[in-house]
Amino acid sequence: MIEFISSLVPQDLAAHAPALLIAIPMLMAPIAAFMPSGRIAWILSILATGFSLVMAIVLLSQVQSIEGGAVISYAMGGWQPDAGIEFRIDALNSMVLLLVSAIGFLAAIFSWPTVQAEIRDAKTAMFYAAYLVCFTGLTGVASTGDAFNLFVFLEISSIATYVLVALGASRDRRALPAAGNYLLMGTIGASFFVVGVGFLYAATGTLNMAELAVRLQDVQENKAVFAGYAFIVVGLGIKAAMFPLHQWLPNAYAYSPSFVTMFLAATATKVAIYALVRFLFTVFGLEFSFEGSTLIWILMPMGIAAMIACSFQAVFQTDVRRTLAYSSVAQVGYMLLGISIGTAAGVSAGLFHLVNHALIKGALFMALAGVVLTYKGTSLRDMRGLGRSSPWTMTAFAIGAVSLIGIPLTAGFQSKFALVNALFEYGWWWAVAVVMFSSLLAVVYMGRILEAVFFRAPTNPNKRHKEAPLIILIPLWILALANIWVGVQGGFVAGLAEDAAASLFIGGAP
Amino acid sequence: MNGEFAIAAALILPLLICAGIWLVGRLPDLREGVTLVGAGVLFFIAVTIALKVSAGEPVELSLGEAVPGLEFAFRAEPLGALFAVVASGLWIVNSFYSIGYMRGNRERNQTRFYMCFAIALFGAMGVALSANLFTLFVFYEILTLSTYPLVAHKGDANAQRGARIYLMTLLGTSIGFLLVAVIWTGALAGSLDFVPGGLLQQAEGLTPVVASALLLLFAFGVGKAALMPFHFWLPNAMVAPTPVSALLHAVAVVKAGVFTILKVAIYIFGEEILNATASREFILGVACFTIVTASLIAMTKDNLKARLAYSTVAQLAYVTCGAMLADPAGFLGGSLQIAAHAVGKITLFMCAGAIYVATGKQNISEMRGLGKRMPLIFIAFFIASLSIIGIPPLAGDWPKYELMQGAADADLDYVPYILIVSSLLNIAYLLPIPILALMPPPGSGEPAQYKRPGGAPMLTVAAPCFTAALCFIMFFTVGPISDFLEPATGERVPAAYMTTPGGQP
Repeated sequence: MIEFISSLVPQDLAAHAPALLIAIPMLMAPIAAFMPSGRIAWILSILATGFSLVMAIVLLSQVQSIEGGAVISYAMGGWQPDAGIEFRIDALNSMVLLLVSAIGFLAAIFSWPTVQAEIRDAKTAMFYAAYLVCFTGLTGVASTGDAFNLFVFLEISSIATYVLVALGASRDRRALPAAGNYLLMGTIGASFFVVGVGFLYAATGTLNMAELAVRLQDVQENKAVFAGYAFIVVGLGIKAAMFPLHQWLPNAYAYSPSFVTMFLAATATKVAIYALVRFLFTVFGLEFSFEGSTLIWILMPMGIAAMIACSFQAVFQTDVRRTLAYSSVAQVGYMLLGISIGTAAGVSAGLFHLVNHALIKGALFMALAGVVLTYKGTSLRDMRGLGRSSPWTMTAFAIGAVSLIGIPLTAGFQSKFALVNALFEYGWWWAVAVVMFSSLLAVVYMGRILEAVFFRAPTNPNKRHKEAPLIILIPLWILALANIWVGVQGGFVAGLAEDAAASLFIGGAP
Repeated sequence: MNGEFAIAAALILPLLICAGIWLVGRLPDLREGVTLVGAGVLFFIAVTIALKVSAGEPVELSLGEAVPGLEFAFRAEPLGALFAVVASGLWIVNSFYSIGYMRGNRERNQTRFYMCFAIALFGAMGVALSANLFTLFVFYEILTLSTYPLVAHKGDANAQRGARIYLMTLLGTSIGFLLVAVIWTGALAGSLDFVPGGLLQQAEGLTPVVASALLLLFAFGVGKAALMPFHFWLPNAMVAPTPVSALLHAVAVVKAGVFTILKVAIYIFGEEILNATASREFILGVACFTIVTASLIAMTKDNLKARLAYSTVAQLAYVTCGAMLADPAGFLGGSLQIAAHAVGKITLFMCAGAIYVATGKQNISEMRGLGKRMPLIFIAFFIASLSIIGIPPLAGDWPKYELMQGAADADLDYVPYILIVSSLLNIAYLLPIPILALMPPPGSGEPAQYKRPGGAPMLTVAAPCFTAALCFIMFFTVGPISDFLEPATGERVPAAYMTTPGGQP
């Protein structure tokens, strides 16, 4: 499949895939902004993200063409590093790129009915422009090999996101404070990150991540490097919604337009986690003296705290979107826990869960978008009896829910299994207990929703048989079936995660 | 029919039945026809698999790996084949019964009911035939999820509460403990396959402490085995329609639980390691405690189904007890109990359901003298009670005999006393029901009136009579069944009277 698609792409195009993947959506964004009708902007964004998806597949096949994973280095504009900006794609980058562009493509397709319903007509073209900018930023973060350039892309995506979240105001005015809050926290995070990069530059004189990794070996005890390390971890921690820096997330997810919630939940925190992993394992490396203690004393406790505290918070929410938002923070905890093990198996489990969680939350929020479209509200009361009136939407929702819980034959089961396996191998059996406890809380909070959906009588008897439109149902079911596919035949995704983790440890990457 | 095809058929057929029921859901007669024919074919396939197993042919099927190391693989062995035959065979009887019950009671959503039943059988077949712990776990969960709508069938607040407890307990224990045990086993042994003699023998670094912890996780993680304190879901699940209680909560679901315990004892731990594991004796003690306590609770229940549910909890602990005796006779006793208790308890439940359909009565105190109106039902009840108690010539006698033998072999003197006390308690809480119904003491007044004109539908009477006859027949076929099971349980020590005095090997 991957070979087939990439063989269709002309050689000349494939050679520039890293640049085109980002450049095309970036160039499309201003064009979309000036389109007279939102519908054309929508089609443009489908085309742009679809093109990026093809490019991501090409990159993946290029990376996989060599046993153990090739590293593609692309000098932007022909300027060689150090002077120029290098794009570096290894197994980890290609996995994240594939994830972001695939979700971005599906999100773009499904967006039209919800955008039409939730965004004023005059703004839809601008909305899609902002979406494309956000998409550009996220893919940029996932492909650049330059630390400062990473900051730039992070800010591009964040600023676009603030706009997107704030546009939820036409549905719910609370989107404005949510966006403001997000803006504040996001800016702090970005500033921390850029300060950290500045320290590293001061200590080493380079911004290229591969070069940084080499030069940092010599200045390991430098206090400026320590400071830079701390700033970078905290800055990216905010972006990744690491507990207790996650406060911006629940409101941003709950009040932004449905489409934005779905896209952000499936990609934004994932990309931030990618950047964190990149800095922890590639730029600094496990030899870095701070690293071991950071993993054990910061990431692991924070991950575990998120898994428990935010799962509890999720149990007590009355709005389904907030439940899922808190659950997202808890799931970030799983990923951090896997990463904090610091072994290839642990990081691979964390990354596996990263992909699976994107599939899970993508499906759940997409189904919710369908609910919002037809019934407006997403409180637990509004969900009652929907299983009867819109069985297709809600069955897909249920698949996502059982996958989130971790029932066998779903993606969520596979990655939790991998995570627990890695924990056992490393000897952290008590963390296994935490994982299981958190899963039980997931049973509770998702069980509440499922019970309301399938076993309660509708609160509003006027709810007639009304499914989400086909254009939502198709991407929704693609994601739902992807959950089952990974649960039954998870070799492909598990392989991606394993290769990605391996590339971090053998030094295949920068 | 070769082995691969047989297993594939046993797994696919219930799904096809489910699809067929959905397709013809609007035509009740055709719909029930699909269930009956399907159940018959499934039974035939299960018997074929059993015959192949007894002939020593390999019956295996691999569906590939979910992720590397986790394979969907199936292999029939005697214990699983027996479970598959029992579950599919009793499904036929139960389907006849369901038709009478559901129509006689005018239940709603019958199509959903029959569809979930078929999926539950799919889960049971998968559990019975799985070749590794991963596959078993997957089907174990399918069984849990597919039976949840059945328990919640009535849809009122009470049914929802019972179903919620059902789901939370079974999912909670399986995710919280069983899954941990499975993954831990995989991490220790490097594989999850069921290996004759015990998978954990390959495990390096298996300390007695780890083995003890692992066994505890397994024993309490299999919530379907209803070992105390995780037994309360079973009485709560009695809100389900009686056919569900009969087939699922006396045969398929609970037996899948104790079957898992036996599989783990025989194929994961193996006799040797199990004997060296300290927590084995603790779990044996818990099982004995469960046997006595659940029987005592059963005596206090006036609701017939609740009494039967607690009786089931007690009888299930027999199997756990047999597994924890960790010798061939104990394993054999546990395996026989799976079959013997199944036919006995399904009879009792079907009788309870027939009484409910005919008279609307659920409480034992209201059944006095009812034997005059429903003699066949109460005679079947009487026979099945005797079988549960363990009186020859009825099937329930053999498991108790083998368990006592196993306890003697293992030098555990207290277990036979527990079993004897249990039998006495069984007499106390089961026998008064049919006796007071058939021979009411003078002056106990007129028996309850029929609520439904014509009394119990014919099918709901015929089915329990048939299974009561099975209790009788199984007593005489225990020889072949034991021979069939021997490859799994191991060759047991000859009975005490066959050896010279003091000559226990």
